[in-house]
Amino acid sequence: MKGKTIVEKIISSHSKEEVRAGDFTVVSVDIAMCHDATGPAVIKAFEEFGRKKVWDNEKIVFVLDHAAPPPNERASNLHLMMRDFAERQGIKLFDVGTGVCHQVIMEKGLILPGEIAVGTDSHTCTYGALNAFAFGIGSTDMSGVFLTGKIWLKVPQTLKVSLNGGLPKGVYAKDIALKLIRTIGVEGADYLALEFSGDVLSELPMSERFVLSNMSIECGAKAGIMEADLKTLNWLKGKARRRFSPIRSDGDANFIDEIHINCSTLEPLVAIPHSVDNVHPVKEVEGTEIDQIFIGTCTNGRAEDLEVAAAILAGKKVSPKVRLLICPASQEELFKSLQTGALKALLEAGGILIPPGCGPCPGTHLGIPADGEKVLSTANRNFKGRMGNNKAFIFLASPATCAASALTGKITDPRRFL
Amino acid sequence: MSSPLKGRAFKLGNNINTDYIIAGKYTKTLDYNSLAEHLLEDLDPTLVKRINRGDFLVAGRNFGCGSSREQAAIAIKYAGIGAVLAKSFARIFFRNAINLGLPAITCDTDKIDEGDELLIDIDNFEIRNLTKSLIIPATPLNKVMRDILKEGGLIPYLKRYGDFFL
Repeated sequence: MKGKTIVEKIISSHSKEEVRAGDFTVVSVDIAMCHDATGPAVIKAFEEFGRKKVWDNEKIVFVLDHAAPPPNERASNLHLMMRDFAERQGIKLFDVGTGVCHQVIMEKGLILPGEIAVGTDSHTCTYGALNAFAFGIGSTDMSGVFLTGKIWLKVPQTLKVSLNGGLPKGVYAKDIALKLIRTIGVEGADYLALEFSGDVLSELPMSERFVLSNMSIECGAKAGIMEADLKTLNWLKGKARRRFSPIRSDGDANFIDEIHINCSTLEPLVAIPHSVDNVHPVKEVEGTEIDQIFIGTCTNGRAEDLEVAAAILAGKKVSPKVRLLICPASQEELFKSLQTGALKALLEAGGILIPPGCGPCPGTHLGIPADGEKVLSTANRNFKGRMGNNKAFIFLASPATCAASALTGKITDPRRFL
Repeated sequence: MSSPLKGRAFKLGNNINTDYIIAGKYTKTLDYNSLAEHLLEDLDPTLVKRINRGDFLVAGRNFGCGSSREQAAIAIKYAGIGAVLAKSFARIFFRNAINLGLPAITCDTDKIDEGDELLIDIDNFEIRNLTKSLIIPATPLNKVMRDILKEGGLIPYLKRYGDFFL
C-alpha cells in the first residue's frame, strides 16, 4: 500500500474511515465561514429545516466584506439579517471594515494546520497555505453544514507543483500562479488538489504563499495545500489558540502527476481579458494604457504587497491618467502598513484608500470601471463583467507590476523601477 | 421514477463562468426571481426572454467555473431551465445545481445544436435528441447526488434522512 497525501490524511482524520483519492466520504468541519454575498442565502436555506439552533455556533464565523460598508439599502438589510442571525445563534461576526473574510479567518487564528474549513466563497482555498484542507461550497451545502456539522465529498487526487530554481528580482508569487494557470488552463486542476512544494516555496514568506493557495481555484483546484514549516509556525504564533498537528505527505504518496516550474526563468506576467489563463509576459503588452489600478484583495492586499508597491511609488506621483485604488486586505494589514509607512507613501503618491474588504473586486461598488476602460488589478479574476461593467477590460498582475504601471499610466515592467 | 424532461436546447460555449451566469452586482438579494431576470445577461441579454419553461442550457467544457455563488444555479433554476447539460462542470457549480434539485448532466454536447428538441430521462442518464433522432448517454451521478436529486435537493434530502448516506 502506498503512502498518503496531505489531503488524504486530513480527510481521513475527519472521517469515520481511512480514505484515499477517489473515495466518497463524510467529514466533520472545523470551521464554517460565510460572508455577506452568500451568507443570507445560507440562513434562508437553514431556516427551511425548521431547526432552531445550528450544530455548533463556535465553529461558524460570519464576515461582512463584499458590500462593506453597504452601498444600498438591499445590502444593508442583508447585513442586518446576518447580524440578527449571528446574535440569536451566538455566532461570531466580523463586521464591516474588519477585512476580506479569508484574511480575517487566517489572522484571527480560526483555521490551523491539519484542519478542515469550508466557506461559501471559492477562495476559501487560501487557507491551504496554512496546511489546512479548505474549499469553497455553495449556500445550500453550507446550510447542511449548519445543520449537521458535516459535508460529503469525494477525496481528490493531488497534483504536485514543485517550484524550484530561485525567483528573479521583480518576479513574485502572483507571476508563479499566473504561469501555473497558463500551463494547465482554467480547468487544468478540476476535481484535484494542488500541493505546492520546492525550494522556492520554502523561501517565500507567508504573504506570498497565500497568493499561490488563493489562485488555486483559478485552475479549478479544490484545494491549494502546502506543508507547514517554521515560517508557518512563526506566522501562527500568537494567533493559534488551540492545539494543532501539521500534516505532511508520505514519501511514497500517490500523486496523479507532478508539475515542475523552473522559477529562475520566470518574468513578470499579466493575465489579459477575459480569462485568468490568458497570460502573457508584461513585455508583450507593455505600453497598454490603463485607466484604473487596483492594489488589494484576498490575493494581494497584504502589508507586504503594499510595501512592494510603496517601494516603487514612494516619493513619486501616480500618472494623472490613472486612478490608483488601495484596499488593504484587513484592518490589521492596514495598521501594519501605517506602521511601515507604506500606506503613507502610497497615499502621498496619489493612491486612494478604500476601507478593508473586497473593494471593487467583485463589482459591487468602490471603483466600477466605465465602458471601454482598462483596469490593472492584483485580484484573482478578470472575467468579463467581474468588476461590475461588462464593457470594461480587466488585466491581472503582481503588486509590483501594478505600482510600476501606476507611475506611467501604462502596463510597465516593474524591473525598470527595482 | 421521475418523468422525463422535454425542452429545447440553448447552446453556450466553454468556460461559462459564474460571473457570466449572474453578475456579482445582482447577487445581493434574496428575491430569486430578480436573479433570473439577469441570467447570462453579459453574454446574451435576450436569452432570458427567449427561454420557455423546461428548456435546457447546453454548454461545452467547465460550465460554472469561478465563484461559489449559488446565485448562479438559483438564477438558472428560477429562469425556468429544466436542466443544464455540459461536457464538464466546475466542481462547486455542479454540487450547487444538484443541491437545488436542478439536474446537471454531463454528456457529449457536440451532438446537440441550438434549438434541438431534447427528451431527458434523468433516472437512466439518457438524452434523446428528438430533432436529430440520436440517443446520447450521460455520465451517471454518484449515489449521494442521485439521492439528493431524487428528493428535489439537499434540503428535502436532509429533512428526510437527517444525515448523509453514501
